[in-house]
Amino acid sequence: MPEFLADLLNQNAIFTATTVGHYWDGLVTTVQLVFLSLVIGLLLAVPLAILRTVKNPFVSGPVWLYTYIFRGTPLLIQLYIIYYGIGQIDGIQDTFWWDIFREPFYPALLAFTLNTAAYTTEIIRGALVATPHGEIEAAQAYGMSWLLRMRRIILPSAFRRALQAYSNEVIFMLHASAIASVVTIVDLTGAARDIYSRFYAPFVAFIAVAVIYMALTFLIVYCFRRLERRMLRHLKPLNQ
Amino acid sequence: MKKLLIAAGCILAMMAGMAQAQDRPLRIAFDVPYEPFEYKTPDGELTGFEVELARAMCEEMGRECEFVIQAWDGIIPGLLARKYDLIMSSMSITEDRAKRVLFSEPYYITPGAWFGKMKTKVDVTDMSAMEGKVVGVQRGTTMDNYVTENMSDVVDIKRYTTADDMVLDLESDRLDLTFVDYPVGEEYFLSEDNYKVVGEPVKLGKGVAVAMRKRDTELAEKINAALKTLKNDGTYDTIMDKYFDYNIKM
Repeated sequence: MPEFLADLLNQNAIFTATTVGHYWDGLVTTVQLVFLSLVIGLLLAVPLAILRTVKNPFVSGPVWLYTYIFRGTPLLIQLYIIYYGIGQIDGIQDTFWWDIFREPFYPALLAFTLNTAAYTTEIIRGALVATPHGEIEAAQAYGMSWLLRMRRIILPSAFRRALQAYSNEVIFMLHASAIASVVTIVDLTGAARDIYSRFYAPFVAFIAVAVIYMALTFLIVYCFRRLERRMLRHLKPLNQ
Repeated sequence: MKKLLIAAGCILAMMAGMAQAQDRPLRIAFDVPYEPFEYKTPDGELTGFEVELARAMCEEMGRECEFVIQAWDGIIPGLLARKYDLIMSSMSITEDRAKRVLFSEPYYITPGAWFGKMKTKVDVTDMSAMEGKVVGVQRGTTMDNYVTENMSDVVDIKRYTTADDMVLDLESDRLDLTFVDYPVGEEYFLSEDNYKVVGEPVKLGKGVAVAMRKRDTELAEKINAALKTLKNDGTYDTIMDKYFDYNIKM
């Protein structure tokens, strides 16, 4: 931080260079956590969504069960189970798993990833199912195999349809990440709670963090709008 | 005449309101469980050192009291928002807090102490030995402030909202040490076989006092007088001996 900025901040009772640094660390943690869980979640969700649409119940059943469990329970409960539950398994401290699960970051990442993957699976499945029959029949008439059909016709059009619903999921995930602070992670909310309990200034501490969340949300909304404009151009009326 | 009647009516209503404010029970906030200071018995009754002291204090002042349960995180904002009138929940006097609330004379002091597993071998005063250790504290406590101010460059501090979560993380080796109020550690850790006190307890701060709103200076005088009487007439000692086998009187 530049000297003059630090001097300016240190004149303020609450937003000193230390607390602003604390918020910054929190912002970095939140962005890391949300970005990683969304990317891994999306990578998991695409194959799962395809499996979910398969007619064979032995294939689609387990995926249905997975999404049912993770959409049917609160994320906070999932985080508690993964963070505190894993620590209670006898002997886990002696295995290499403990190097991963000792830190609160990875249990939180796991919980968030599994949760967002479940929701995203259902979003993509909905888009896959809604593919117009005509497109599939036309592809079949061209003699495309299942794989080629999936790659060239069904998935690209499904992704376009899923885009708007998925932008909601991204924003929800950002806001849901606030619960990471209950397992000692100092994310944005954790930083706000630390500053709140140090200065007993709930308005200042939480409004500051709310503004940061809003700025992040704005950024996400903006990116998705750019993406939609590009990907959904063919759906726009000509005179607009 | 009509105006006079209305004015008289208003004055009467105001006086009735003031009389009511006087008789209104004092509402006292506690954060439970914080054994042995305030906790609930298995049948749900609120008890503990501070609860009994509060009861004795109310009796001494001749005021009726109501007890309110409030989580530590929001206990000062709740006071300022008039959800209750007093906090008697092991709140140590600190400069930051004194900016927001009015403290009575302190009524007890306990040291902070390091607790760890039996196998823990570390000199807590040796900063090079403490390097990189993961330390658990309760967020916003005097112990949190002490570790944050003196050791934040050395140790990795994890802050918890409740002691239960902290115990679980020490149990599963996520934490190397915890730094908590001695009596709390005694209750949570020394009651089990595999924990111990590490190093010497540290006396922190200016003691624990009743917290109230800044404007309630009159109430503060009454409370100080009542506490003084209790400390001198032996009531305080009787209650203390019931919960502690060491002296916390201040």
